[in-house]
Amino acid sequence: MDLDYTKEQRAFRAEAREWLKANVPGQALPSMDTEQGFAAHREWETKLNEGGWAMVSWPVEYGGRGVDLIEWLIFEEEYYRAGAPGRVNQNGIFLLGPTLMEYGSDEQKARFLPRMAAGIDVWAQGWSEPNAGSDMAAIRTTAFRDGDQYVVNGQKTWCSRAVWADWIFCIFRTDPDSERHRGLSFMLVPLDAEGVQVRAIEQLDGETGFAEVFFDNVRVPVDQLLGEEGGGWKVAMSTAGFERGLMLRSPARYQATARKLVALLRDNPEAAQRDPTLGDRVIRGWMQAEAYALQTYRTASRIIGGGSIGAESSLNKIFWSEMDLAMHETAMALLGPRAELLPTARAAGDVGDWLDGFQFALAGPIYAGTNEIQRNIAAERLLGLPRG
Amino acid sequence: MDFHFNEEQLMFRDSVRALLERDCTADVLRELWAGESGRSDGLWSGLAELGLTGLLLAEEHGGLGMAEVDLVLALEESGRACLPEPLVETVLAAAPLLETLAAGGGTPASVADKWLPLVAAGEARLAIEHPANPCVADAHVAELLLLLADDGSLHAVARAQVELTRQPCNDAARRLFTVDWKPGDDSLLAKAAGATRLLDAAFDRAAFGCAAQQLGIGQKLIDLAVDYAGQREQFGRAIGSFQAVKHHLATAQVAVEFARPVVYRAACSLATGHTDAGLHVSQAKAMADEAALLAARTSLQVHGGIGYTWEVDLHAWMKRAWALEMTWGGSAWHRGRLADAVLADIDNKPREGQLQLQGVN
Ligand SMILES: Cc1cc2nc3c(=O)[nH]c(=O)nc-3n(C[C@H](O)[C@H](O)[C@H](O)COP(=O)(O)OP(=O)(O)OC[C@H]3O[C@@H](n4cnc5c(N)ncnc54)[C@H](O)[C@@H]3O)c2cc1C
Repeated sequence: MDLDYTKEQRAFRAEAREWLKANVPGQALPSMDTEQGFAAHREWETKLNEGGWAMVSWPVEYGGRGVDLIEWLIFEEEYYRAGAPGRVNQNGIFLLGPTLMEYGSDEQKARFLPRMAAGIDVWAQGWSEPNAGSDMAAIRTTAFRDGDQYVVNGQKTWCSRAVWADWIFCIFRTDPDSERHRGLSFMLVPLDAEGVQVRAIEQLDGETGFAEVFFDNVRVPVDQLLGEEGGGWKVAMSTAGFERGLMLRSPARYQATARKLVALLRDNPEAAQRDPTLGDRVIRGWMQAEAYALQTYRTASRIIGGGSIGAESSLNKIFWSEMDLAMHETAMALLGPRAELLPTARAAGDVGDWLDGFQFALAGPIYAGTNEIQRNIAAERLLGLPRG
Repeated sequence: MDFHFNEEQLMFRDSVRALLERDCTADVLRELWAGESGRSDGLWSGLAELGLTGLLLAEEHGGLGMAEVDLVLALEESGRACLPEPLVETVLAAAPLLETLAAGGGTPASVADKWLPLVAAGEARLAIEHPANPCVADAHVAELLLLLADDGSLHAVARAQVELTRQPCNDAARRLFTVDWKPGDDSLLAKAAGATRLLDAAFDRAAFGCAAQQLGIGQKLIDLAVDYAGQREQFGRAIGSFQAVKHHLATAQVAVEFARPVVYRAACSLATGHTDAGLHVSQAKAMADEAALLAARTSLQVHGGIGYTWEVDLHAWMKRAWALEMTWGGSAWHRGRLADAVLADIDNKPREGQLQLQGVN
């Protein structure tokens, strides 16, 4: 065990820091859940890609730098330290990207990855259906083979950023007689295909952060099938591993939140004095963010050494989502009566974006598989308890 | 000792509930959010007709001369309905303050004589500034505002004489303002020293009012989730049949259920002028806040994705629970106040003839 960075890794960090310093927009971009904000975030992706920073751990031919996951984590640390914008293509680069590396054909990789890195194709995730949320194996949207195409009918829902995204990766039922996990297939569908209809859904804050997607006889060429026909569940579980276990929520995000939280504590001494538990809660958040970073480095080392992400990704998901919520709840308590004011309110003072962050953190225990489901998985698959 | 509500108190609750179920539905709430004022004169006068707005006021001011114990269940109902009206500000904080001041005669008496009958009749709402709150709630619909000058003196100012700036906030129903105004000699109600005492009492009543509303909000959040969990199926079963879901909801119910007697005790203590009324209010506010916050988080979690939408009504109650937790003293402030008192009192002998509670009695 050696927990120091190598000389190369340090040099890499310095290079990333320098580029970010020169390029990160001075002003926060508008919310990516608005049309204008989405466009601004897409532009930022283009810029990142021009600098070769879109996805450093990808092979050079797909727009990456061919470095390993440790460098990716270093890049993320610098990214959050620089206060750079959120990644509008997170479903693409963090979820579908690594899945394509694992299951995609060379043609598929060449076709999708570079455009993904460049922000030309922004991706949405189409797994949940009205009656298949936690019970994802209950998916009913069908894709039946007709020559060299599939014909898709049905509906997906809660698809983040699908209102303005270009493509969506989905799981459909390709075998009409199949049940549960069998007979599902993983497919890539352009959102402007004929027969696709997107209906925006307003979230808690009134902004259209996700959407329903309807498929009415949508024709999808067979070369947009990822993995084998009927093997979609396996592909999806690989994606879910990245979602819960590694890429979607890199530790730097929470370390940045923890740092902001410490500053908030420092700037609100009256609140801290009135409620002595606040200091304790802040340091707990800070410690958890640290522990999460260490755990992620450990996972990355394992993967670099040829290992893979298994059911322990469920523990990971519980940890990051609950840590994030706890830190934001602490921030709200520190802000006291100002916490309910929107940042535009004159009386709000310097409340920053904590309210937004708090409301989004509340979704953490729900998306990427609810924490109840993650606890079931952890108890049954890791601890070996009898199945319920 | 008798912890029951009497027949009339229960009947009053039922009539308030019936009115709110009819006139303060989720559709009405949404219509009101979209409106500039966000308030409904019809709803307010309906509540007044039931006696709610004058309940605490003396008969000479058109009121019913009743007390907080008679009001607490109606307040709970207002939380359950997510009522957007300034019940706490007008009925609990401002109007009784005016009435107390009026006893001393002079300007306050004439202000009270003019305005309190209008409050009782549902023809006027009041707004009140307090150092605990950065903004003044519902100042835009208040005919009269009780405001604090820089020197700490308390003034009564008509709405026409102030300039309001709306402070946008998370709960679509809430209307918060900063107020620009100038104190005059004719607006003075009380100098700083006297004002502080009055404002402290108003603060306790208002914090109690929020606590009672939080009980209703918390229960509603649980009820919404219980309903949903009974209908929504995953894995071929109602999600409410999963132990994880059951335990979440039962845990939230424990919190609400154990906040309830604490809030009711605060009502009694305010009504009887108990020496520890303020501490009882603080315990009530802290526990009801915590229960409502837990209910909010639990209800959202049980709803899953659909709970995260604007279309589903859940967020109205969640956002109200979050907002009230920080209003009229946050739960942490109230715990701190109680902690100070409990620590100071720990070695004192219990007094005779009172409900004996550790440390504070
Ligand atoms: C902000 C946000 C963004 C999202 N983005 C996407 C996206 O981009 N793409 C996408 O496909 N989906 C997305 N989702 C959907 C998300 O994946 C689902 O909400 C989630 O899987 C839960 O499904 P559900 O909403 O149908 O809830 P349900 O499955 O109905 O669950 C309701 C409650 O029941 C509990 N429950 C269900 N089954 C069990 C069980 N067996 N044991 C114990 N408890 C159980 C759940 O834990 C939950 O508390 C998003 C959701 C949110 C909130």
